[in-house]
Amino acid sequence: MIYADNAATTALSPAAFRAMQPFFSEICGNPSSLHAAGQAAKRALEDARARIAHCLNTVPACITFTSGGTESDVQALRSAAAIGAKNGKRRIISAAFEHHAVLRTLDALAQEGFQITLLPVSAEGFVSPDDLAAAITADTCLVSIMFANNEIGTIQPVQEIGAICRQHGVPFHTDAVQAAGHLPIDVQALNISMLSLSAHKFHGPKGTGVLFAERGIRLKSVITGGAQERGNRAGTENLPAIAGMAAALEESISRIPQQTGLLLQRRNRLIEGLSRIPQSFLNGSLSDRLPTNVSFCFAGIEGESLLLMLDRRGICASSGSACASGAAEPSHVLRAIGRPNELARGSLRLSISADTTDAEIGEIIAAVTESVAFLRGMAASVS
Amino acid sequence: MKTALIAMSGGVDSSTAAFLTRQAGYACIGCTMQLYENEDAGLPAEGTCCSLDDIEDARAIANRLNMPYYVFNFKERFREQVIGKFCRCYLEGRTPNPCIDCNRKLKFEALFERADALGCDKIVTGHYARIEETGQGYVLKRAADPAKDQSYVLYMLTQAQLGRVLLPLGGLSKPQVREIAEQQGFVNAHKSDSQDICFVPDGDYARVICAQTGITPKEGDFVDLQGNVLGRHAGLIHYTVGQRRGLGIAIGKPAYVVGLDVPQNRVIIGTNDDLFHRSCTVTDVNWISGEPPQEPVRCQAKIRYRHPAQPAVVQFTDAHTALLTFDAPQRAITAGQAAVFYDGETVLGGGEIKDTAR
Repeated sequence: MIYADNAATTALSPAAFRAMQPFFSEICGNPSSLHAAGQAAKRALEDARARIAHCLNTVPACITFTSGGTESDVQALRSAAAIGAKNGKRRIISAAFEHHAVLRTLDALAQEGFQITLLPVSAEGFVSPDDLAAAITADTCLVSIMFANNEIGTIQPVQEIGAICRQHGVPFHTDAVQAAGHLPIDVQALNISMLSLSAHKFHGPKGTGVLFAERGIRLKSVITGGAQERGNRAGTENLPAIAGMAAALEESISRIPQQTGLLLQRRNRLIEGLSRIPQSFLNGSLSDRLPTNVSFCFAGIEGESLLLMLDRRGICASSGSACASGAAEPSHVLRAIGRPNELARGSLRLSISADTTDAEIGEIIAAVTESVAFLRGMAASVS
Repeated sequence: MKTALIAMSGGVDSSTAAFLTRQAGYACIGCTMQLYENEDAGLPAEGTCCSLDDIEDARAIANRLNMPYYVFNFKERFREQVIGKFCRCYLEGRTPNPCIDCNRKLKFEALFERADALGCDKIVTGHYARIEETGQGYVLKRAADPAKDQSYVLYMLTQAQLGRVLLPLGGLSKPQVREIAEQQGFVNAHKSDSQDICFVPDGDYARVICAQTGITPKEGDFVDLQGNVLGRHAGLIHYTVGQRRGLGIAIGKPAYVVGLDVPQNRVIIGTNDDLFHRSCTVTDVNWISGEPPQEPVRCQAKIRYRHPAQPAVVQFTDAHTALLTFDAPQRAITAGQAAVFYDGETVLGGGEIKDTAR
């Protein structure tokens, strides 16, 4: 099997697995307990917090553990909205190609009386800092722009966005689920006020994530109950996963310098190979793009059929988002960058990792090329 | 090993069909066609897709039978080719059978495309009908269990399609199918049969048409066959030929809808006797053998799903159109419904009823 869907989730790294193991046996206490077992667990929890804070260049007090990227996004938006409402600011600026975790929460906030401004996205897949500067109003309580897009991999001008927000005194949240562990992130240098990340996108375990919130931002609990996480997130901490996340994040970040070159080489070979297919279109810019992301539209085919053919050949890929049933859905991201419906239907996302070999890249190119040709032949014979 | 793609609805029939296909030695892949969302049916969205429970049932059976399983997103096609046509048909004063359009455009077209992509030789459905190979090709026959026979909704199958479709339930009765499902421990062994039109779960098709098209039904006159105004109707889409209920008209005898006059937006009212016609034009005819006869052919014809087949003669007037003439007048021959021609157990062909004559 060739796994080329690392933007959906990644395999747990051996280092993360090893870091988790003690918490299934010797360290079994609840971090909230007073006794020795609880204290050992608490030490491990705070150790993980400190290490993750260090990875982002912040302090442990700014790190809240959550169940993952979606919860972090929801809590970030809800918190900023609550603060804004108190100050009479009820506008949130975001972008049309955000993850559903952000977009659906904005829908809910709109129902609750907030004004939502969705910035356009360029054909290349970027939000424009100028558009943002023009959109910020006196009643804006939050700007939320993703760090890198999950479908087309474009890395947003986060530094400029952060600077504009700082200048206007508006908090800046970024959904960094696709970026964390893959790109260096310094929340201070980038003027990021809030950031969401998810462990399983960088070879950590599923079911845990982080919400970073700079000092001065009072988080609003979305899960109410006990006083865990300084009262920011109730529920006993998922300690094995949190320990695994810390190990995975450290490891991923330490490998960025040596791995990025190799990833870029393989990604570019994949892009070149697929570009040779007639009527194929790379989605998103080639520069400022995640070193793991390849996204194409192929004219005249249905992405769903292509995914099926690849799956039968043992290649795991994706076409974008899925609905509750697991069926592929037309992508709001591809529509946001102006792909016509006809073309957007024929989309394919491949996301590689450092484990993807050169031989696998070759196999993927051959399989996609043959499958697209087969499907086009089929369509031609019908019409 | 030959491979088969099983169309699974989550119901007991297609689940049993999946089991029987695997027993027959095929490498099987299970799938469910996702056809619509609640909003398309005018129901609260609640953020979920249509009949998610049915999809989970199908997935559970496929897992139990150790088959790969996929959900195909056919919502766009279904909206255009089935719901869209359903609405148009009603607005044109006809009474559609969307299950037949779904078979034609989705099950036996879109699903075939997915089967090709997956490299599947056969497509399997849980329909109750039989396909047999003869020296001259394939024939479609009624199910062994007359109470469940669904050959009526399969009249559109071509020779090429018949050669690729497997109907493992054709020789079984419903109780036999339930027994197999029970033996296999299927969760849905006692699930009730699906009723009505899937995207109109509450039967209020007028609401769906209004929601889909944005058209508000226009009130108009009830008239008798002579054109005398009898009262006001609530909009043509609320009426179908043969309808008696909900008219609120008194003509001294039981009053029925006997026709819909679209250009004048009138509903024509008559007696039960006025509903009887001997013949109708049938369009878009599919002749199963692939060779439509030049001469008139004696047959037995059904004009709706529950209509017992009646003796008739079918005569082609051009390559795709035929005149169907019954030996005795039939009640409520309805434009938009399918007329299907049988020779005993064998389906000869069928098409869509266009208009009637006495």
